[in-house]
Amino acid sequence: MSLLEIRNLKVKVDNHEILKGIDMEINPGEVHSIMGPNGSGKSTLAQVLARRESYDVTSGEILYNGKDLLAMKPEDAACEGIFMAFQYPVEIPGISNAYFLRSALNAIRKYRGEDELDAMDFLPMFREKLKLLDMDEKLMNRSVNEGFSGGEKKRNEILQMAVLEPKLAILDETDSGLDIDALRIVANGVNAMRSPDRAIIVVTHYQRLLNYIVPDFVHVLVNGRIVRSGGPELALELEEKGYVEIDSETRQVTPA
Amino acid sequence: MITATEQLETYLESFTEFQKRAAGRNLPWLRRLREDAFARFCEVGFPTTHDEDWRFTNVSAIARTSFELAQNGQLPKEELEQFRIKGAACQLVFVNGHFVRELSSVGKMPAGVKVSGLAEEIDSNPGAIEAHLGRYLDTRRDAFCALNTAFAEDGAYVHIRKGTIVEDPIFLVFISTASDAPLMSHPRNLIVAEEESQATIVEDYVSVGESTAFCNTITELVAGDSAVISHYMVEREHRQAFNVSTLRIQQGRSANVASHSVLLGGGLVRNNVHPVLAGEGGECLINGLFIGNGQQHLDNYMLVEHASPHCDSRQFYNGILDDRAHGVFHGRIIVHKDAQKTDAKQTNRNLLLSDNAQIDTKPQLEIYADDVKCTHGATIGQIDENALFYLRSRGIDELSARKLLLFAFASECLDRMKPSPAREQVEKLIHSYLLQVANSANTFATGTSSEDSGRTCEEIG
Repeated sequence: MSLLEIRNLKVKVDNHEILKGIDMEINPGEVHSIMGPNGSGKSTLAQVLARRESYDVTSGEILYNGKDLLAMKPEDAACEGIFMAFQYPVEIPGISNAYFLRSALNAIRKYRGEDELDAMDFLPMFREKLKLLDMDEKLMNRSVNEGFSGGEKKRNEILQMAVLEPKLAILDETDSGLDIDALRIVANGVNAMRSPDRAIIVVTHYQRLLNYIVPDFVHVLVNGRIVRSGGPELALELEEKGYVEIDSETRQVTPA
Repeated sequence: MITATEQLETYLESFTEFQKRAAGRNLPWLRRLREDAFARFCEVGFPTTHDEDWRFTNVSAIARTSFELAQNGQLPKEELEQFRIKGAACQLVFVNGHFVRELSSVGKMPAGVKVSGLAEEIDSNPGAIEAHLGRYLDTRRDAFCALNTAFAEDGAYVHIRKGTIVEDPIFLVFISTASDAPLMSHPRNLIVAEEESQATIVEDYVSVGESTAFCNTITELVAGDSAVISHYMVEREHRQAFNVSTLRIQQGRSANVASHSVLLGGGLVRNNVHPVLAGEGGECLINGLFIGNGQQHLDNYMLVEHASPHCDSRQFYNGILDDRAHGVFHGRIIVHKDAQKTDAKQTNRNLLLSDNAQIDTKPQLEIYADDVKCTHGATIGQIDENALFYLRSRGIDELSARKLLLFAFASECLDRMKPSPAREQVEKLIHSYLLQVANSANTFATGTSSEDSGRTCEEIG
């Protein structure tokens, strides 16, 4: 059984159709990249998978582990193993990063019927993950993302992913705004998470990140539709030709 | 004026009776202070919403009611247990405004500290009281100050001698008890902290049993040169209570005072905080949190006077309002002509959890010096839906996520309190009130108005 199956997904935002029929199948262990220009619907797809409620799904279905994902609340999806790294991580003054992470982990553990971890149990595992992402422990006592640099915010997202160990991780433009050093650290963090029972979706505008996180499959999303799918070489072709050419080529090959 | 005369007879009767039996009735200076104040009260009457300082708070319910002046109070000891506090240096208990020594625990106070009831001190030590009582507060300022001064007799007296450090907090508990007729009490507290002394004082206003009560309290706090004082005011009476309080702080040179107001209970509450930075280099933090639901009305009136150069004042007030609660923040800063290099900051942040909750926030700067820095800002918003989704997307359920965000908002205020048993106590109270608010159905009726719909304004003047 595939981990994620999207069938004919159509989504409206403010009465405007953004996704116009998406089909996709993802198996455990696979890394898929969704590439597309601005406004193509990449982030919408990521947000729908994370169950953001302000999106209006007008048709289609999403099966996650055989379950109806669209019937799940965001917290249930998270507890079932879905994680989205935000394109714009939210600042939450007054809640420390460490407290937030432990609350999240314990919510998920509780859902799975596991014991909650106290601060002492939590710490060693947590330190190890911090090291993986080259993050200063001091950041953990600060409020969630408050006053973090862009790079720190993105690393903090991957840190959360490392701690929560999802089955399906969605990285929404995690590369945007990162310098090459930060990009490498983030990519290392993600690569360390690759495993036969975990799938990762990398949503990106540029091919750059895919030099470091090499996907098994690449899908090109233009104007709410997947216009082409292929292997990692498609990303390179895209880099060379640009979205417009790929899109028009596809239209010629497959008459509408 | 009209409202004042409604019950004037009752007040006159109470006052005549009071003057016959009150502590210090034979001290000419005190007699005069009370008589002048009462005359002033008769003259001005209770304020109306036409009065600029009372624009958002209608006190006609107080003006209409015929209150009986509370006599010496008593309370079964076991009723008190719930209000006891761990880690206090002492706990003074006041029932309907009267000091009750048998219920209080004064324990072992450090040398140089005196805590007792004001009435006792008026009798035994009138000279010390005369030196301070009514010297700082303009007793003519409004009807409530006048009324309190007219009936000034009992309350807490705290005197801390030069250089004395009181490590543990001094707890003052003011209990209103139920009675057949509406009761009024006018606790009058005098706290004198001499030079280089250090102390934490907590005033906790609570009630036992529910009946209409009017507590009109004044605290005069004198912080001598280089004194470091933390003052807490906690209002958690029942919803039938009217509570008007005035904290008048007089700061000497390089004195450092923190005022923390936490308004949780009460039906109609007005909290006046009025520091005067009279000596150079003083610092004042005016920190507050008000949490209201139901029909509560919580009014915070700040008047910060910079009277000397090089003083800093910081006002931070956070409000959380649900249901039909109405909050007011009125922050007035006066910088006198000679108070150069003043640095005054004012911030009021509000979270409205229902469509019917209301906040009126009003900054007011009056600056007569030319080399000063004064800023003020106010925000009004709902729970940030983006933050809520962020928390939920990590597995935290909606109710817990909302609670977390409310606690986070309130913790901004807690973070400004120094670690102490006083802060722990306040933290516990805040958490239990917030839980009530978070669990009430109304919190979730706000729907999913998508993006952060906060309004922000910031001005620099």
